[in-house]
Amino acid sequence: MIRSDVLKALIPVISDHFTVCNIGLPSQEMHMMDDQPTNFYMLGTMGLSSSIGLGLALAQKQKVISIDGDGSVLTNFGTLPTIANNVADNFILLIIDNGSYGSTGDQPTYAGQKTSLAAVASACGCENVVECQAEDAVETMKAALASDKMTIIVCKCESGNIPVPVITMDPVVIRDRFMTEMAKRNA
Amino acid sequence: MSVDDKIVQDFVNNKVELVTTVPCKQLAGVIDKIDACKDIYHIPSNKEDEGMGICAGAFMGGKRSAIIMQNTAIGVTVNTLATLTQYYRMPLPMLISYRGELGEPVACQVEMAVHTKAILAQLNIPTYHFHHEDDVAELDKILQYTFMCNKPVAILTDASFWKGY
Repeated sequence: MIRSDVLKALIPVISDHFTVCNIGLPSQEMHMMDDQPTNFYMLGTMGLSSSIGLGLALAQKQKVISIDGDGSVLTNFGTLPTIANNVADNFILLIIDNGSYGSTGDQPTYAGQKTSLAAVASACGCENVVECQAEDAVETMKAALASDKMTIIVCKCESGNIPVPVITMDPVVIRDRFMTEMAKRNA
Repeated sequence: MSVDDKIVQDFVNNKVELVTTVPCKQLAGVIDKIDACKDIYHIPSNKEDEGMGICAGAFMGGKRSAIIMQNTAIGVTVNTLATLTQYYRMPLPMLISYRGELGEPVACQVEMAVHTKAILAQLNIPTYHFHHEDDVAELDKILQYTFMCNKPVAILTDASFWKGY
């Protein structure tokens, strides 16, 4: 399974929750397969999906899932200690770890070599870290959602991409419909 | 009232409920007060762009936020300011220690000081410079302005303002 297969399998489970979709192909794939007001698409700013998601989770009560990638977590490694030390039980960080920078041509990342992101997250103090294979992503996500505990999921999958169109939505429209839905559910 | 207390009071009066910080010696006092303030959730960041991401999330979750940081970090947050805070039109008060100005003992700090205002100007970020202690009186209006226009706004605070560093 490649990342788009993992997302496709997860959509029935995560579609109704607020998601922060990582820059590049993860956002484009979510946009193509399941465009929702609850999806926040990052059109720029590599690395900050987990930080945006943490800020969202700390600010309000709805569950928030940050869909991140191994390359992006490597870019913003400082996020893991911050997450560990500011526990938000409505926050799930899903790191889809395909061992490559998928959006830029599948160049290998260190996470696909010696570096274990699950071990790093644990070492940073994150308490509920689950590493799973792509085939187990749905069950792992269901368990994380049911636990009501902040959870870091490192989902290992194969490298590879499908053709997807770029997102042409205006960023303020993306943000506004996301915030409107968020305010509605928190009302 | 001390400058530190005034800053925290202005944040609270403007309903800033989450503040992220990356420390600077000049900012140590105000960071302590932020940490002690029961109305503000203080979340230290490891890097300023990370902090700006947290602030973006807090804003979309319905809470006003702010970042406290050093001017050297303007050099590492240009992309985040342009492609997140500005692109999605989000408010972000940035209380920034302006190292490398008069009274600075560390020569290297001057190297980023000479670029600070130029980078902020290039980004079209409204920029205020607190040099005298009384300048803090404007902070309340600057915060109102920031949340009115949904832009990042820089408040540079130099060593003269802090009465040393």
